[in-house]
Amino acid sequence: MTDNSLEIRALHFSGVASRLRRLDASLLLWLALIAVLAFLILNPVLRLIISSLQQTDTGHFTLANYRSAYGNIRHLQSLLNSLELGVGVALLATCFGVPIAWAISRTDMPCKAFIRLMVFAAFVTPPYLGAIGWILLAGPNSGWLNKVWMALTGAGHGIFNIYSMTGLILVIAVTSFPYTFVFTSSALDLVSSEMEDAANILGARTLRTTLRITLPLVTPAIIGGIIISFLEAIALFGAPALIALPARFNVVSTQLWQFFEYPVRVEEAAAYAMPLLAITVLMFWIQRRILGRRGYTSVTGKGGERRMIALGAWRWAMLAYALLVCALSVFLPMLVLIQAAFAKAWGRGFSLDNLTLHNFYYLLFEQTQAKQTIVNTFVYSGVTAFAAISLTLAIAYVVNRKLVPFSNVLAFLCMAPFVVPGIVLAIGFYAAYAPPPLALYGTATILILGFTTRFLPIAYTSSAAGLRSINPEMEEAVRILGGSRLLAIRKVLIPLLKKSLAGAWILVFIPATRELSSAIFLVGPNTRVISVMLFDLSEEGNFEVLAALGVILLVATVAIAAIGSKVIGRDFMLRRNS
Amino acid sequence: MSRLKLSGVSKRYGDFLAVDNIDLELQSGEFVSLLGPSGCGKTTTLRMIAGFIDPTLGTIEMDGQILSSPSGSVPPDRRQMSMIFQSYAIWPNMTVEQNVAFGLELRKIARAEVRRRVGEMLEVVHMSHLADRYPAELSGGQQQRVALARAIVIRPSVLLLDEPLSNLDATLREEMRFEIRRLHDEFHVTTVYVTHDQAEAMVTSDRIAVMNGGRIEQVDAPRALYDKPKTRFVAGFIGRTNFIEGTSDGRQIAFDGFALPHAGFERDVPAGGKAVFSVRPHSMRLSEAPPTANNGCAAVGVVIMERAFLGEHWDYVVKPRESAMTLRVTTSPMDDFPVGASAWLEFEPRQMALIA
Repeated sequence: MTDNSLEIRALHFSGVASRLRRLDASLLLWLALIAVLAFLILNPVLRLIISSLQQTDTGHFTLANYRSAYGNIRHLQSLLNSLELGVGVALLATCFGVPIAWAISRTDMPCKAFIRLMVFAAFVTPPYLGAIGWILLAGPNSGWLNKVWMALTGAGHGIFNIYSMTGLILVIAVTSFPYTFVFTSSALDLVSSEMEDAANILGARTLRTTLRITLPLVTPAIIGGIIISFLEAIALFGAPALIALPARFNVVSTQLWQFFEYPVRVEEAAAYAMPLLAITVLMFWIQRRILGRRGYTSVTGKGGERRMIALGAWRWAMLAYALLVCALSVFLPMLVLIQAAFAKAWGRGFSLDNLTLHNFYYLLFEQTQAKQTIVNTFVYSGVTAFAAISLTLAIAYVVNRKLVPFSNVLAFLCMAPFVVPGIVLAIGFYAAYAPPPLALYGTATILILGFTTRFLPIAYTSSAAGLRSINPEMEEAVRILGGSRLLAIRKVLIPLLKKSLAGAWILVFIPATRELSSAIFLVGPNTRVISVMLFDLSEEGNFEVLAALGVILLVATVAIAAIGSKVIGRDFMLRRNS
Repeated sequence: MSRLKLSGVSKRYGDFLAVDNIDLELQSGEFVSLLGPSGCGKTTTLRMIAGFIDPTLGTIEMDGQILSSPSGSVPPDRRQMSMIFQSYAIWPNMTVEQNVAFGLELRKIARAEVRRRVGEMLEVVHMSHLADRYPAELSGGQQQRVALARAIVIRPSVLLLDEPLSNLDATLREEMRFEIRRLHDEFHVTTVYVTHDQAEAMVTSDRIAVMNGGRIEQVDAPRALYDKPKTRFVAGFIGRTNFIEGTSDGRQIAFDGFALPHAGFERDVPAGGKAVFSVRPHSMRLSEAPPTANNGCAAVGVVIMERAFLGEHWDYVVKPRESAMTLRVTTSPMDDFPVGASAWLEFEPRQMALIA
């Protein structure tokens, strides 16, 4: 009896020890991941908020930054301009995106695959390239559209002026309408056509059915798309800088940029960035509320054969509209951009003697900086994608398998950068890591860290989705046969995840190659990236070389997206995964 | 000494008691099923045996060594067990042969020996010709065979099966039941089998543990479980049955509308008070004329209320003349009574199981 109880006590003791060991390991893991996320997200955002309340030199608490940020009528005007821009873009993008989504998802409009491809093209085109295309198209007098107008009417000057608020709204709307498109079409794809049949059988005609049944069902998704394009528009830096500055008005993002001109006023910038952060957080909260409402969207899954609405002759009208949108967003800007890239002087037009490869030769061989910039862009983006995915995969695994307590905190932190505009995040990074002790300003490290944080949500959603698709029993089968957890991850999990990880890598890589709004605050003389160089070239007015660089960026992006579609499946970038 | 022993095992999730104080012992080479409806705790119990979950209370021992206790457990990879999962969990990135060889390679067995044993094992499950295929190219039944081969080839101390047939179609399921039993007869691996399908449990098992609400209701051989269910749940879960309540006075047991002599019942029926019995629909006989009473049997006049012809048998609902209750009776296809007709229903006390 005594022996027995001794044994039990011994067992109990060893049990406690082993439990402590296990707790230790998982606690360390949790602490490590929290530390990384705090470094990437919490600290920059906190530093942003704190420095907005600090005196520049002494660090004492003050509200002076807010006073000087908002005590200026020009600064307030910029804020209003941003709101006007956001609302204008959201409405115009809805007019572009929703009808096309409806036509592709519900009707027999011809050439659907082609239109879809063009929407995809608009999606991967960086907004600032679209803006440059539109400067070439609708610059006062010299723009192509104005030249055509003058040639047709004999008028003395053109009628389009891209350097205006209207011009800016158009330029941003044509590159951000894919958001409303994706939101609406993925909701429409889930509405069973039996919903429409039920209205038809009661005597409703196509138009009535569409307006009374189909569109109301997807209204939450449309509102979601509107909110996203609004936020995209007010957070954008490149296109407003290219168009608003010459037009002599400011929006919040360009105003923030001016705080960084010598002398740099980080504290004032931080204070001025607060409304942008607040609006973004608020809008995302509203969006969640709307999309999260149950019962409204009758997303009951696809119910059997889907019947397309026969539009009759109207289908050609619908196609014409879709082609018009594609023309505004892809054909026209790309056409003039490519023309400029291969032209000695873009204004001389499409003649053979104007053709040259010199712009590319100049970039790739003559100008040493350009080569370095191109290499920088792809190296930084590649490293960023790799870092973001490794980190989020580890976190998604820990969260999915509930390896540590409070793992949801980790997931929340990964998704948090989603509500921080890139430009605000960059200022936070600048405030946190540019000064000593880390003194990372101008290094590749700060760029890569900033990019990694910026794209953490994309990486996390893809990693978590990939992980969820794998049955945990796959791993348990390794464990029960005698393999450790690490062996299970190495031999089974990673090989099975290869494809979705490759997809996730591309999903981070592509936006990283074109990222401007956070890069512009973090680059140094030796760490310039293509987007920043494009911006600088546009200030010099060297549109031919600029266009050539843009073409290089686009070709590389399209090539990688094409490889991605081939390996992972078509459309992988247009899937809604939030 | 028993091979596997669960003593007072419980598992609590917050306020929910998934497994409630389970005791179970398996002899070496025995095949025991955990049978019960979904949510009864059978899979949780299996996963505790495997070591994926730690018990909140109680211990799990193998050959006298403690594997699991609330304060710490041997991890699954050190238990020398193997498991067949509901999804089969055949690794799609490895061929059939690589899947089966995996466990042997972990045991650092020489390559030639691994090849030989994998070859033999694939032979046993009739999969040799598909050794180089990838799982995506196999049917459900073939994947199931690979899972069996992969689990058995390492000669595990205990084999665990988690509803392995629930993803197969009906014909294949029936075939695989016998396949699993055949493999057990060949290798004599101590086995715990989780299922919600009573036929599966009855075909494969030496003993069945019927679980409900986290508890084991009864553990017995299939025949005993069917003939002598000890609880209302077991009687209702295994096959169909009628529950009738009677009052015993020591001499006879009075039911609603008829009585049976106490002497005809098994000895454990109490001499006084109420008792509930489970009577299987086919353990009663329906006849046109009153049968001659013999060895404790009794006949009751009944009226046919409803009936259905199911091909292999008739399904009747009858009501004893003097009684409010109805009984289900099955008869051979020959016994054809129209609805509303009178008949005699004969009870055999020895086939009536006393429910606790």
